[in-house]
Amino acid sequence: MKHSEFLKKNKRIYFTGVLFFALILSGAAGLIYKIINPSFLAFEKVSKETYIQKEDLGTIENGIHIATGFKDDKSLPLVIASCTPCHSAKLVTQNRATKAGWTGIIKWMQDTQNLWDLGDNEDLITEYLAKNYGPEEKGRRTNLTNIEWYDLED
Amino acid sequence: MQRRQFIKNTILGTTAYIVSTDIVFSSTMPKGYIPLGFQEPDPYKLFGKDTEMTVLNDKPWNIEAKAHLLDDKITPNKYMFIRNNGIIPKAIDASKWTLSIDGESVIKSKTFTLQELKTKFKQYTYQLTLECGGNGRSEFNPPAKGNQWTVGAVSCAEWTGVRLKDVLENVGIKSDAVYIGYHAADTHLSGDPKKEPISRGVPMHKALQDETLLAFKMNGEDIPLAHGYPLRLVAGGWPASASGKWINRISVRNIEHDGTKMKAPAYRVPCKPVAPGEKVKDEDMCIIESMPVKSLITYPKSGAMITKGKTLHIRGHAWAGELEVKNMAYSIDFGSTWIPCHLTKPSNRLAWQHFSAEIAFPKIGYYEVWARATDTNNVSQTMLVPGWNPKGYLNNACHRIAVKVK
Repeated sequence: MKHSEFLKKNKRIYFTGVLFFALILSGAAGLIYKIINPSFLAFEKVSKETYIQKEDLGTIENGIHIATGFKDDKSLPLVIASCTPCHSAKLVTQNRATKAGWTGIIKWMQDTQNLWDLGDNEDLITEYLAKNYGPEEKGRRTNLTNIEWYDLED
Repeated sequence: MQRRQFIKNTILGTTAYIVSTDIVFSSTMPKGYIPLGFQEPDPYKLFGKDTEMTVLNDKPWNIEAKAHLLDDKITPNKYMFIRNNGIIPKAIDASKWTLSIDGESVIKSKTFTLQELKTKFKQYTYQLTLECGGNGRSEFNPPAKGNQWTVGAVSCAEWTGVRLKDVLENVGIKSDAVYIGYHAADTHLSGDPKKEPISRGVPMHKALQDETLLAFKMNGEDIPLAHGYPLRLVAGGWPASASGKWINRISVRNIEHDGTKMKAPAYRVPCKPVAPGEKVKDEDMCIIESMPVKSLITYPKSGAMITKGKTLHIRGHAWAGELEVKNMAYSIDFGSTWIPCHLTKPSNRLAWQHFSAEIAFPKIGYYEVWARATDTNNVSQTMLVPGWNPKGYLNNACHRIAVKVK
């Protein structure tokens, strides 16, 4: 083996080594970045699976989630998971309030009923509640509604 | 963000998917919280309730009657509303049940077994009206948070027990006693054993009334589980929350009792009237004591159609908290004219009274029959929803039914 040939071979090994090391390094950096920022390299396809997950909740008929009675809308899974551990969904669906009103109810539950910090989800939840369970103007007394008429026999 | 939301949805979706799979806790949910399953048993069978009763809430259980279900003079269990704040105690052994009397204002704490209470003290039976402070809440505008009771959170059953005053006398009460507060065996919805779902009470003058009972029988039988088996307080005429269920301890306090749901805004209304929707400071909220005058048309059921020329028989009940109902009237012209009803005396103080009338309609058409009670202080029911209050208590507006004459 000539000296020049030896150098050439060594150089190839050296370069292969450097390339390999750089690959590992960039892979690790990517992985770390992925941990810090989970949306990195996420593809549009993934969001379709959200829909599949939502179906796992059970039947939704005429826009109503049958098992809880909640209206089907954005953040429904979040609302179910946050609102029903302690009390029935019925306690939510029978009430009406503005976004500020629902926020106040959440604060009361956090202050007195051991509700945990909802973090960023709080806004999504109150948005859902105010949109689907907002107050209606009822005045001082409404007309009688849902009257089931029947013949009264003596 | 999309991805993060997906991950969150997936986790929470899995958590929420509890119909048939194991419960998975979401990262934000502390351990110990068990998401509500949908395996709840049939409440009608579970509590012996009529299937026409309305379930407002199943955790905690809150169930109300409809006006026409309350036609009986003495409310049977199947038509009696349930208002729970926590979880009904499990595995009750009445033979081991005890009641302790303690607090700053007892001379010495004392504990009675249920058997001792039954044998040591004279027993009394009274018909007592119990109405939820929030009965009628659904009509308030702007809406008030809580169970949206319509008209059916009221009952008048026959309660048998011993007088609280006899028991307190036996224990010995100091002169500085101000209030009694009950403690009970139900548990908090959050599962936190340190929290009481409700611990209310009454001032001494109410505690020492003849009709304030430590009851162990309802309508001649053991009290049904949902209504406080094996021992409950019954303080008729006051918000039913003062009549604690499943009680095992009564504290005689030298201050206004400060248990759960005694403090503002629970069971309190603004001390001074406020505009609808107004914010009211806690210190400006006053405890509800006697419930206001009220009545219900229990026959016929709303929606009755009769032929012209026939008279319509109506009947129902009227009550007035600590007071008695003095007059009862009905109107078929939206309050332009009021015609007196026949009204009975209460079978004992704090029992609801019964009214009836025969109505002749002048011509065919749509009518509403409105009923209005007036108490011994000449205070009547309102026709519109009364003064708005943040928690939606004390709606005693006139009850009405729809009638068509053909």
